[in-house]
Amino acid sequence: MERKRGNQTVFFNNKPKIIGHYSIVGPKEGKGHLRKYFSQIEEKDDFFGQKTYEKAERVMIERALDGAIKSANAKYSDVHLFMAGDLLNQIISSSYAARSFDIPYVGVFGACSTMAESLALSACLVDGGHFDTIACATSSHFSTAERQFRFPLELGNQRPPTSQWTVTGSGADVVSIKGNGPRITSATFGKVTDFGINDVNNMGAAMAPAAMNTLIAHFKDTNTTPDDYDLILSGDLGKLGSEILIDLMEDQGYKLGLNYKDCGQMIFKRNQNVLMGGSGCGCSATVFNSIIMKKLIAGEYKKVLFMATGALLSTTSSQQGDTVPGIAHAVVIEGVEK
Amino acid sequence: MQEQERNIRYNAYVEAKIAKTHAWPSLFNSFWVGGLICTLGQLCNDLILLWFPSVSTQSAWAYTLIILIFLASFLTGLGVFDKIGAFAGAGTIVPITGFSNSIASPAIEFKNEGIIFGMCAKMFIIAGPVIVSGTVASMIVGLIYLFL
Repeated sequence: MERKRGNQTVFFNNKPKIIGHYSIVGPKEGKGHLRKYFSQIEEKDDFFGQKTYEKAERVMIERALDGAIKSANAKYSDVHLFMAGDLLNQIISSSYAARSFDIPYVGVFGACSTMAESLALSACLVDGGHFDTIACATSSHFSTAERQFRFPLELGNQRPPTSQWTVTGSGADVVSIKGNGPRITSATFGKVTDFGINDVNNMGAAMAPAAMNTLIAHFKDTNTTPDDYDLILSGDLGKLGSEILIDLMEDQGYKLGLNYKDCGQMIFKRNQNVLMGGSGCGCSATVFNSIIMKKLIAGEYKKVLFMATGALLSTTSSQQGDTVPGIAHAVVIEGVEK
Repeated sequence: MQEQERNIRYNAYVEAKIAKTHAWPSLFNSFWVGGLICTLGQLCNDLILLWFPSVSTQSAWAYTLIILIFLASFLTGLGVFDKIGAFAGAGTIVPITGFSNSIASPAIEFKNEGIIFGMCAKMFIIAGPVIVSGTVASMIVGLIYLFL
């Protein structure tokens, strides 16, 4: 079978598998819809036993990586590469977490699309035979993201109605050529897409065009339609962003039906005051590594299109009035081979 | 050109798609919380004048402001003020309580970046523009007085 079709989609013929997964979330996420699916919930507070929130985020990645490797029944020495990224400047959470492990490390940045991005890249490297086993992880923390992108936590301001709530959580996967688990069969790398949204409180609208571009490229390259998947899962478009995506896809002649879901809308309950829903790298990472992976392993889902979206802005670009470019990467994950 | 048109169309579409917020409930909350804070201020002022007859009206105003600033900072430190602010919006931001909160909240947030370049420097990231515009306004008024 061919390895690449179209400009954006690659196929993995050697069947890289997700042999281990782990998700860890903070107390607010633990009170949400997916409580029973998370691997670990920190109930007390979102400091995770640390002095600062930045250190707490590192601890989440460390625990997620440790948990994923354990769930794969592997040893640290079995993992040949650690690939991670997060939202903070210079991706400090990932790099500082990697400091604790004796594993070669590659830092990646795709904003909130990092989980799909790192899964796709890991699958490429494993499928190409360069590495046997790669661990990938990502995280976000509400309080570190607020501090970097928005206002101090204690400021008495009102959140705009289109804004989303950054998920405190981290997810990790172990991708390997050996072992057994759901298979990554193809991946579509997205293009940076900018439709001129410059409201930093409306990420859903900024990222939806990128999601549309990637989905269309994927359906064209793989000759599939939305109905061919048990689940099409977007990362953190939120309520408004997913509605926009459905509209945009309809304009292009694709109908996203009941098999389309958005992680940002799945994770929190409506009464948790999160407005448009969850966001952040941790949103797609924890939802994917909890309910979705469990259902893939159980055989409830046979073919899932997991597409995480990211907004590639920085505080400097937004303060200078620039628009918000979006990106989306998609991976296809199929159930465990019997 | 084509891209610009597409972006304008998309922005208009998004604008129309955003659910409109209802102004009246939030205005109502702002109004009564803001009114309550002002009444509290007036109460402080009157009590000071009643209990300490030697205090001049001008000083009583200053003491009232100090009390309100202290209360807002204190509630910020307790982690309560942001909840009141989220509920009441401009009702807590427009009185001096909002100014106090905008200084105290970054001070708490950036404390762990050190006292000098963390807390002291970042204390004004939100209130800074207010102070600058106040200073500039007073300069302009001063100039007008000079030539009148």
